[in-house]
Amino acid sequence: MLKYILRRIILAIPVLLGVSIVSFMIISLAPGDFLDSYRLNPAVSADQVKNLEKRFGLDKSPVVQYFIWLKNILKGDWGDSFTYQIPVWDLIWRRVGATLLLSITTFIFTWGIGIPLGIYAALHQYSLGDQIVGVIGFIGLSIPNFFFALLFLFFAAKTGGKIFPVGGYISLGYDSFPAWKKFLDILWHVLGPMITLGTSGLAGTMRVMRGQLLDELKQDYVEFARAKGMPENVVIYKHALRNAINPIITALGFSISGLLGGAVLTENVFGWPGMGQLIIEALLQQDIFVIMADIMLASVLLVLGNLIADILLAAVDPRVRLRLG
Amino acid sequence: MSEPVLIVENLKTYFDIAEGTVKAVNGVSFTLNKNESLGVVGETGSGKSVTMKTIMGLIKKPGYIPEGKILFHTDEFSKDGKKEYIDLTKLPPHQFTRIRGRHIAMIFQDPMTSLNPMYTVADQMIETIMYHQNVSELEARKRAIELLRKVGIPNADKRIDDYPFQFSGGQRQRIVIAIGLSCNPELLIADEPTTALDVTIQAQILELMKDLQNEFNTAMIYITHDLSVVAEIADKVMVMYGGMQMEMADVNTIFEKPTHPYTNMLLNCIPRHDAKKEDLEPIPGQPPIMLDPPNLCPFLPRCPRATDRCRKELAEFKEVEPEHFVRCWNPVADTRMEGDK
Repeated sequence: MLKYILRRIILAIPVLLGVSIVSFMIISLAPGDFLDSYRLNPAVSADQVKNLEKRFGLDKSPVVQYFIWLKNILKGDWGDSFTYQIPVWDLIWRRVGATLLLSITTFIFTWGIGIPLGIYAALHQYSLGDQIVGVIGFIGLSIPNFFFALLFLFFAAKTGGKIFPVGGYISLGYDSFPAWKKFLDILWHVLGPMITLGTSGLAGTMRVMRGQLLDELKQDYVEFARAKGMPENVVIYKHALRNAINPIITALGFSISGLLGGAVLTENVFGWPGMGQLIIEALLQQDIFVIMADIMLASVLLVLGNLIADILLAAVDPRVRLRLG
Repeated sequence: MSEPVLIVENLKTYFDIAEGTVKAVNGVSFTLNKNESLGVVGETGSGKSVTMKTIMGLIKKPGYIPEGKILFHTDEFSKDGKKEYIDLTKLPPHQFTRIRGRHIAMIFQDPMTSLNPMYTVADQMIETIMYHQNVSELEARKRAIELLRKVGIPNADKRIDDYPFQFSGGQRQRIVIAIGLSCNPELLIADEPTTALDVTIQAQILELMKDLQNEFNTAMIYITHDLSVVAEIADKVMVMYGGMQMEMADVNTIFEKPTHPYTNMLLNCIPRHDAKKEDLEPIPGQPPIMLDPPNLCPFLPRCPRATDRCRKELAEFKEVEPEHFVRCWNPVADTRMEGDK
């Protein structure tokens, strides 16, 4: 198993290298660069632009730029953001907390509600409850996030911001709060974006869980467990559910890759200072090092997420476990 | 001398679906004695599996039992040694778990999918034994290993901790049989247990089942569409078609004096070593779908011997000679298979 993990990690290196080359290429292929806004600005002289080009390394060819970037990374230097003039990691690091808080709570919301609802729907197939659960799921899936977010804010504002906060990350008096209240305040603010993102993901989780369990309930071993005289809850929860949960666990590993992705539209509407907004800004301004750092971060998480998914699957499925040795 | 374990009387199982009522089992009656084995033969869709699932209490909505009795005898439910029968059609579902696995066991067709891939063989055997017999886990494990030895799994004490996918198909069917017999049931229902296995393994499994039946004194119902398997294992044969019994007799009578045209034709379409035949004769047509069927012989559309009477009323399931029942207005006379000449 350890050998397998090590092999996977080594195999990840060429993958990440490939990702970096392709994405650097694509960014370079886009017309113009960060300094275009300066070039068009009559207040900035051509000499100044030249100086800046030199400073940022934009005067060299994209290939050379890439290798300089790669060399610096190997030394642990991810470059500075053009816009903010601070190291890229400092910039990202500031957003990580808010992003993680949002994605983890959303994750708990989606899975914590989606899985039990999916199980319920499967066990009561075609019943009224199943239909209602399905409809709720699809409503969540069908309403665009930005619109749902607006509705949510509208509701929050109409109720005077007492039930839910009207956007933002922290309350006005945040700095004067004691520690426990600070914590609660942030949690209170995360509710809005969390419910928005969570309801849209709910349908997927629910339908997968429902479908999986229904499939397993039709299997011979379930009927055989009944024929052995096992009571219905043993048949369902020990035999069928144990098999139905496998693909869910794989999906769980995959969702790790999305933890730091951020959600552009929802963050925007709620004024949530997450990663999504940072990335969009960087893309629009062609702030190449920020974009690259984010792409690499996402890629590493994707590779890691896949690996974790496989390890989790091996942990729950003896067939996979014994094949990996 | 005869000790009936199971008496089925006019059993019906219907399924109400949007298009109408499917009469999957339509008035089946038979008696099964201790240590006797009954072979149930029929094409796909003849209702043989549904009959057995009904006996097992495994029929779920939209299926229901509009009529009939399933009388089952077990000492556990008979007080003071008096012989009593319980009617399984009236048993509430939660009490059925005391019957299933404990007194009536069932083995399914495909051993590759009968065992849960996620649990070890030990786990799946021990859960059954512990649930029904109220013994410690250690004791249950001991019994499980003993059973595995009996069904011929080598190194049973080690292999018991393996997962199902680490066994071959034949071995898995042996394990399934071991689980079926783990609580020493009075009745074992085998639903085509050798269909998914290759021929050599098939013979081994049949041999094993016969041996175990004698050892455990179990009554057995053996569902199959393979008449050679029936000849091998059954004492009594029941031929089903369209949810009804067509013919029932002891195994020799069925093979030597098949009286119902359907039985006759079935025997004509399998190769036999005791009767030389140039061509096998397939039965033309398709088995019927029992959706709102008319109250007539279901074999009528395919029957070459159909008469006007067949088109008007359904024949009774009559005893034409002792222990030989036939449902037909125009049975094949004494001669052995007309096609033979």
